[in-house]
Amino acid sequence: MHETKITEDRVTFGFWVYLMSDCVLFAGLFATFAVLRGATFGGPAIDDLVNMPFVLTETILLLTSSFTVGLALLAGSAGKKKLTLLALATTLVLGLAFLGMELSEFYTLIAEGSGPARSAFLSSFFALVGTHGFHILAGSVWMLVLMGYIAAKGLTEGNIRKLVCLSLFWHFLDIIWIFIFTFVYMFGAI
Amino acid sequence: MDWLSNFVLLLPKGAIAAAELGLMYQATFFMLIVAVPVLAITFFFAWHYRASNTKAAYTPDWEHSKLEELIWWAIPLEIVLIVGALTWTSTHELDPRRPLDSALGKPLVVQVVALDSKWLFIYPEQKIATVNYVAIPAGKPVQFEVTADAPMNSFWIPALGGQIYAMTGMVNELHLIATNPGKFDGKSANYSGDGFAKMKFIAEAKTQEDFDAWVRSTRALTSELSQPEYVRLKEADTPEPLMYGEVDQYLFNDIVMKFMDSTEMNGRQHE
Amino acid sequence: MLGKLTLDAFIHGPIETGAQVIVVLAALGIIGLLTYFKLWKWLYKNWLTTVDHKKIGIMYIILAAVMLARGAMDAFMMRAQQAIAVGGNPGYLDPAHYSQIFTAHGVIMIFFVAMPFMFGLLNLMVPLQIGTRDVAFPFLNSMSFWLTVVGAMLINASLVIGEFAGTGWLAYPPLSELQFSPGVGVDYYIWALQIAGVGTLVSGINFLVTILKMRAPGMKLMYIPIFTWTALASMVLVIFAFPILTVTLGLLGLDRIFGMHFFTTDLGGSAMMYINLIWAWGHPEVYILMLPAFGIFSEIVPVFAQKRLFGYVSMVVATALIMVFSFVVWVHHFFTMGAGANVNAFFGIMTMVIAIPTGVKVFNWLFTMFRGRIIFKTPMLWFMGFITTFVLGGMTGVLMSVPGIDFQLHNSLFLVAHFHNMIIGGVLFGFFAGLVYWFPKIFGYTLNEKVGKWAFWCWLVGFLLAFIPLYALGLMGATRRVNVVEPQFHPLFIVAAIGACVIAVAVFLQVLQVVVSFVQRKKNLDTTGDPWNGRTLEWATSSPPPMYNFAHIPQVMGRDAFWLMKNSSAAIPTEGALRAARLSLTPSLGHSSFTDIHLPKNTPMGLIIAVCAGLFGFGMVWHIWWLALLGAVASILFVFIRAFDEDIEYTLTASEVAKIEHA
Repeated sequence: MHETKITEDRVTFGFWVYLMSDCVLFAGLFATFAVLRGATFGGPAIDDLVNMPFVLTETILLLTSSFTVGLALLAGSAGKKKLTLLALATTLVLGLAFLGMELSEFYTLIAEGSGPARSAFLSSFFALVGTHGFHILAGSVWMLVLMGYIAAKGLTEGNIRKLVCLSLFWHFLDIIWIFIFTFVYMFGAI
Repeated sequence: MDWLSNFVLLLPKGAIAAAELGLMYQATFFMLIVAVPVLAITFFFAWHYRASNTKAAYTPDWEHSKLEELIWWAIPLEIVLIVGALTWTSTHELDPRRPLDSALGKPLVVQVVALDSKWLFIYPEQKIATVNYVAIPAGKPVQFEVTADAPMNSFWIPALGGQIYAMTGMVNELHLIATNPGKFDGKSANYSGDGFAKMKFIAEAKTQEDFDAWVRSTRALTSELSQPEYVRLKEADTPEPLMYGEVDQYLFNDIVMKFMDSTEMNGRQHE
Repeated sequence: MLGKLTLDAFIHGPIETGAQVIVVLAALGIIGLLTYFKLWKWLYKNWLTTVDHKKIGIMYIILAAVMLARGAMDAFMMRAQQAIAVGGNPGYLDPAHYSQIFTAHGVIMIFFVAMPFMFGLLNLMVPLQIGTRDVAFPFLNSMSFWLTVVGAMLINASLVIGEFAGTGWLAYPPLSELQFSPGVGVDYYIWALQIAGVGTLVSGINFLVTILKMRAPGMKLMYIPIFTWTALASMVLVIFAFPILTVTLGLLGLDRIFGMHFFTTDLGGSAMMYINLIWAWGHPEVYILMLPAFGIFSEIVPVFAQKRLFGYVSMVVATALIMVFSFVVWVHHFFTMGAGANVNAFFGIMTMVIAIPTGVKVFNWLFTMFRGRIIFKTPMLWFMGFITTFVLGGMTGVLMSVPGIDFQLHNSLFLVAHFHNMIIGGVLFGFFAGLVYWFPKIFGYTLNEKVGKWAFWCWLVGFLLAFIPLYALGLMGATRRVNVVEPQFHPLFIVAAIGACVIAVAVFLQVLQVVVSFVQRKKNLDTTGDPWNGRTLEWATSSPPPMYNFAHIPQVMGRDAFWLMKNSSAAIPTEGALRAARLSLTPSLGHSSFTDIHLPKNTPMGLIIAVCAGLFGFGMVWHIWWLALLGAVASILFVFIRAFDEDIEYTLTASEVAKIEHA
């Protein structure tokens, strides 16, 4: 279809614009965290929350998954269906592992009484990190569905376009994580 | 006409309100420099260049002129520069936190607590408290320290000067002065819920002698604003102003601090 | 099972019950009429499932009109209350009800009248102005519209089931927190706006991509009409500002549902943070509305002055400056909160700086009139009304941008007068002007001029009567949002109430204008597609345009593309001229060859996804968690189903196009 190239151009451009808006969303959450960071009210402060090896592992998982989603896109563009699916599956596993770690971090905090309702600091921590995690979850669901469609219908132009958008999304979340890692955890540990 | 005396903002009764009104006149004057010609040009052009006036010049493709553009970028820019400079200096002079001229003497401190449907005033030095009524000495600066134990309010005595927000866990300072004795309306300017319409109080400026006498007679009252009385007061209906002859010396501080983090040395600073 | 929802939620006092009855009767009435005239299939096929930007635009404007009725009712109720509640008389509205009315009034007018009206006009005209067939993402366009409708319906539902927020249209905490607003009102507010907000953000992306990627060949950015430029700037603002609203309302929602502490009074919440965030959205929001209104006047003045727009380049620069600066002025909404003098002074000065490019626009319009030949048809009257009221409103705005002055005027009726001045005199007058200007293009016949002029004069007089007194009341120290009136304020409130009545007459006349014009339409058909001797591409189509807008995408040669087409010696035939030629059976103009046109298929998915989102919202409001989960999962499921649907287009063959063009 002669219009597909034009369509793809519009879709990926539109998706970039959406990512910019998502950036603003995260900026709002970062700003809120910055303001409420000190309001611990007897509960844990950020340095109590930081477990560097744990956070480092999460970071490596996510960074690696960014690498594998890049591989998936390369394989997809080259028409290699099996390799694409393998790379996507790896990305998914790494992403879910990241989520699992994050959920366990949240669970531990909540179980010891340091849930998001404990103080303004904890509310802002859970909101910022949790929103990022929620985006990872959404991306994971998207990835699973896309894998299903690629398995069933193959590497159609539409599926490749969706893969491009998904990988953009995944990289974007990786960048946001770098900011979280730096401004939330690392600054907290110092 | 007597009705005109209702234009409280145009008839200031204190130095701050007078300064704010002066600013209003100045800013309005500068803007009229642009607004009047714009309106005049609008109506003149509309009338002169109406389609039926075939004698008027008609240049359908004239769309650009560097000179004209320069003029109407430059003139508003000039005006904004002037009003901007005025803004910078006046904002600093009229900063609510800025104490008034020290030649006027040490300010009277009045602590203000916005409650659900009433205003509480505590005089820390005089050790008295009032509800919906605040007496001040005329000609002397007053330092209001404003907080809230209710949704956000705004402390405003229009005749004497501008307002300041009343918020839980924060103390906002507002310096005012009444030139002469008189009674002034006070109100809240930020919607705070069902009790908002009742947030009205009277501010009365008295001569120094009358003020001292009032303090003495209030101090002589047996009513006491203790912590338990404060709790009762918060929920009570107060159709008339109340006076207290004694007030718990830690009350105001407790009201502010109960919203702040007591587990830390420095809670949250308000800047 | 049903969360907090009980039968109590349906039981209200006499006034709400009256409103409930009206809403339910109106809904039943509409359903009844549709059934009686057997219109359901027509409605479904042509409107509920459409992805055509022109139809979606019409629906947005209808939504705005319906919600204007409700928002205006709120206003009349407030004016009536203030006309009688003097000297001990409590009036008929107690503080709790009064607060729901002024909150609903503000929320409805901004989110469900002004915004839909704007998106309606953008939908109708932007694709036509840039010479393309539809927006970049027609399906998302439909979904955005239905999400907005669902948001509006949630607000209306709060009238019938439960209550609405009583916090003011921006729901400042701590008042909007559970502690002081334990009912469902604030939750209705949050979820209605979150759902509609998603629609708005997606529309912002849609129109941005459309304008940047789908212009006709030869149409460089510096050739697009000013209305399209302002639309572009407005969409940039949407994309940068609406996520802030999403975050802020989201955090408030987290406070209310999970007991978190972003903005509570205890455990570290900061109401000041909310106020900063909400106004960081709120100020760009007013420019989102204002810029397209300016754009409309930039279209109207050249056409009715019969002269090129003066200073196209500086108009573009001014638009861009306004767009950028709108992000650095937000603190002027709360100078009195106690930021230091440096902060207040900075934001005050920045606010004044915005007045410069705004003033440049005014001068450019005036000097378009200069040495023109001005025809005072209704659109030009709206422009004159706009200039007079806007200059006044702008002055009062600059006054309040000086913190020292603002300390005395903040939250007084002076402020209320100022922003109504800007929104009515600026935004609404602009949109009304656009509506009467573009009506012939959309519906194929011109509007009755006489009734239109009456409506304009009633609006102008009504507006002045209703709001000039409020400036005076502000100078008398009267605050906003009070349900009882001090005796010295009463006379001016009566004048304001009279003004409101005149506005009611004006609205009635506008409706009358449409009805009369519809009845007389056969006599006023727009046969050429160009009733005003226009300059831009939308006038190059027939009235109304065929669903694909242009059978041949035009080649653009410069600014005022249509004007160039009409006046260049190598006459490139326009669609409208072709049609006229065909009607008069003149074979002189060429173009007998058409090409296939690919169009998106209609789909109910936009509506379905929105309805599921509505179920989610309703569940969140009443804590009916299974319903919220169901609605959310269903929404997402349908999004995926749509996203992976490959069969979304159809082809209009060249011969079918020819048939339509020759009809």
